[in-house]
Amino acid sequence: MSAIPVGARRVGPASSKERVKGVAFRALLLFSLAVGFITLVTLLVDVVNDGAGKLSWHFLSAFPSSIPSHAGIQSPIFGTVALMLLTALFAVPLGVGAALYLEEYANKARWYNRAIEINIQNLAAVPSIVYGILGLAFLVRGLSLGRVLLAGALTLTLLVLPIVIIASREAIRSVPNSIREGALALGATRWQMIRRQVLPAAIPGIATGSILALSRAIGETAPLILIGALTFVPFNPTGLDSAFTALPIQIFNWVSRPQDEFHVLAASAIIVLLVLLLAMNAFAIWLRNRYQRRW
Amino acid sequence: MEAGTATHPDQEPAAGALLARRLAARRRPGEAAIKGFLFLCALLSVATTIGIVVALAQPTIDFFGSVNFFDYLGGTDWAPLFKPRSFGVLPLVVGTLTTTFWACVVALPFGLGAAIYLSEYAATRTRRYLKPALEVLAGIPTVVYGYFALTFVTPLLRDIGLSAEVFNALSAGLVMGVMILPTVASLSDDALTAVPMALREGAYGLGASRLQVSTRVVVPAALSGIVASFVLGISRAVGETMIVLIAAGLQPTIAFNPLHGVETMTAYIASTGIGDVPTGSVEYKTIFAVGATLFAATFLMNMVSIRLVRRYREVYE
Amino acid sequence: MVETGTLKGPEKAREQKPISTLDVPGRPKKAMRPSAEPIFEVRKLTVSYDGKPAIREIDLDIGRNRITALIGPSGCGKSTMIRCFNRMNDLILGAQVEGSILYHGQDLYGPAVDPVEVRKLIGMVFQKPNPFPKSIYDNVAFGPRVIGMDGSMDSIVERALARAALWNEVKDRLKDNAYRLSGGQQQRLCIARCLAVEPDVILMDEPCSALDPIATGRIEDLMVELKSDYSIVIVTHNMQQAARVSDMTAVLMPDVEAGDNAVGRIVEYDDTEKIFTNPENKRTEDYVTGRVG
Repeated sequence: MSAIPVGARRVGPASSKERVKGVAFRALLLFSLAVGFITLVTLLVDVVNDGAGKLSWHFLSAFPSSIPSHAGIQSPIFGTVALMLLTALFAVPLGVGAALYLEEYANKARWYNRAIEINIQNLAAVPSIVYGILGLAFLVRGLSLGRVLLAGALTLTLLVLPIVIIASREAIRSVPNSIREGALALGATRWQMIRRQVLPAAIPGIATGSILALSRAIGETAPLILIGALTFVPFNPTGLDSAFTALPIQIFNWVSRPQDEFHVLAASAIIVLLVLLLAMNAFAIWLRNRYQRRW
Repeated sequence: MEAGTATHPDQEPAAGALLARRLAARRRPGEAAIKGFLFLCALLSVATTIGIVVALAQPTIDFFGSVNFFDYLGGTDWAPLFKPRSFGVLPLVVGTLTTTFWACVVALPFGLGAAIYLSEYAATRTRRYLKPALEVLAGIPTVVYGYFALTFVTPLLRDIGLSAEVFNALSAGLVMGVMILPTVASLSDDALTAVPMALREGAYGLGASRLQVSTRVVVPAALSGIVASFVLGISRAVGETMIVLIAAGLQPTIAFNPLHGVETMTAYIASTGIGDVPTGSVEYKTIFAVGATLFAATFLMNMVSIRLVRRYREVYE
Repeated sequence: MVETGTLKGPEKAREQKPISTLDVPGRPKKAMRPSAEPIFEVRKLTVSYDGKPAIREIDLDIGRNRITALIGPSGCGKSTMIRCFNRMNDLILGAQVEGSILYHGQDLYGPAVDPVEVRKLIGMVFQKPNPFPKSIYDNVAFGPRVIGMDGSMDSIVERALARAALWNEVKDRLKDNAYRLSGGQQQRLCIARCLAVEPDVILMDEPCSALDPIATGRIEDLMVELKSDYSIVIVTHNMQQAARVSDMTAVLMPDVEAGDNAVGRIVEYDDTEKIFTNPENKRTEDYVTGRVG
């Protein structure tokens, strides 16, 4: 194919130099993607390799111990589950409530409503350890709750609240306005419309978002360190005012020890944590696919 | 009386008053109460921010009562828990910067590269699987990354000939970079896909190659969003705790040597928080002073990032 | 754009003889004249969005037990106007309503009036059918439930669906999701939903524009049936429809004001028969004969 003159230029097939550059660039981009995936796979293989051997019913049912061969993760598991349930209990209603206010009631033109929105965006990006400091100052020392389960749950609640709010807002916003108008035109009050039409329609999205937010909470270590989740808790949490530990804390504790046996324990606990996270995320995705309405 | 068809209100003398009563504004205390409750939920987020500021400000101000501000900012020796005590925060800042730097070396170029691939090269179907897959990386708990950095990456660095110490900034930095990569990629991808097809079509129509269109047309058009993603990535690196706590060590130093251990601001806060420092002591207050420095730095970066995102959204949406 | 024609008056209009909308099958030859008491008295109604007027100085009376059509080219403010009657414009930020609308002598926008109560008496059917994502039964029952109507819900639902000419088609599948109905059925469901709260007035904002001709015809028949018990105001851009079903027709036309802002005004309001055969205003004539709009 000969080159076609177009104005002062010649338009023709790409020169070989151009083609090489194109291929090299594409390869570079693919490599960029690969970096992440290769690391992920390597990490998973490494962890499973290190820790799979130690996984056993004994491991799951024993309590932490200073003797590696006796140690298990029963109390960290219970602590993590307790934290997750409590955090859900606090964060979901508060988060959905805030999202409802911002989407259904707030006059967007008012400055204080805009300030609230920016504030939430900012809070979603604050380092998690700062939430730990907040919890330390107000809950552990300020309210004198002490280093207890409730303090941990409240701190995690504050941490995930912005995420729950943002996800809930998305879900609420996706309900079409025609539904709202239809309800109001029949003589429903605003809250009747919200409670009977908007909220039920938005629940799948809210549930999915909340589960994803909770899975983030479960993996957090830094705030709990400051709150004082202790690393040697050979008992399950007995109540809101009980000392507690959690899986990430226990993992951290074991990783910090120089001995290899503890590193192996850490790897095993990591596997359990990852399985738990995988289950939660898979559930969230299933929920979304099953119940999400396509408007 | 229902609004009927049998009798119309205006046929009766008292009907006007009856209708007026029917139309009258009802007092609905329930509605007002609900709106108030929901407003309080939203206000909680404001209370959180105020709480953070107060929690940090009070002890920080006290702290600077006993410690000279310039000694803090400019001092190069950080030894608050030892004697003789010294409160120069620079070593912590250097530690944070070193690890952040190496994180950026990984996250920024590869994150952007991944984003360009996703938005300009990948087929729609591939994209639908790749993008969530990348999110998995962001979902792995940081303590797991810390384990990986300490037990796998550091020995790996040694195997390839680098004389890395057991705790070193490089391992932690590189692994942090991989953790942040999805954030940079996702936000950059949002910015790139927001660029209208018309711009690309114009360039393709002139005979440009995909490489040229991506780098000379799309990326510049999405620049503010890409920069926003970079800033957010840096902010996350600065605020990350567990990876550096586990793998980077607790040795404050002002050297930028990545093969040695460092102590970041976050690692300091965490390790001091684990210990039992007496409330009200100067050591206790260092937690808050360093925390305030950290919060101020990330807050500024987050604000910049949010601004930038809003700017490109305004242009294209 | 308005052409300058050569017509000089009604005589000429008759000579021109546009497609006689009177010959559309099904239309009664004489306009019915039910009671003349006004249900709405609109005086100097002006609605602005963020300071820019959309309709200006609207004056007209809507009659009881009649079908009143609002016609005009798109963008002239018909929807804005009809939404004033049930205070749906309250929901739009920056909307400002001036002038007055008296409903049976009561000022609809009076300070003591609750928009929620207004909407229980003045119902609305929208352009695109908007059934709730619930069962057919729950769609119709929603209104009565939220306003706290007494009586057996089953009979309320059945009565509403029967009145909306939908009962026979859905009586065996009331628990089905409303989205499984066809477009025309969904719109009749929306009408049933509206009827269930026993309103006084039904407002319809282009109710058939998203429907096929057969479904449209059924809804037009329904409208004529409902007229005996309700007063109906309908916005339509379909002139044949207005000619077929309505008793009175109001013609809105946009005037371009300062700053390229199109503001709607009533140019003529009269018996439908007159509007379509012998209009007084030239702009009306141009519009109904299809010369403009």
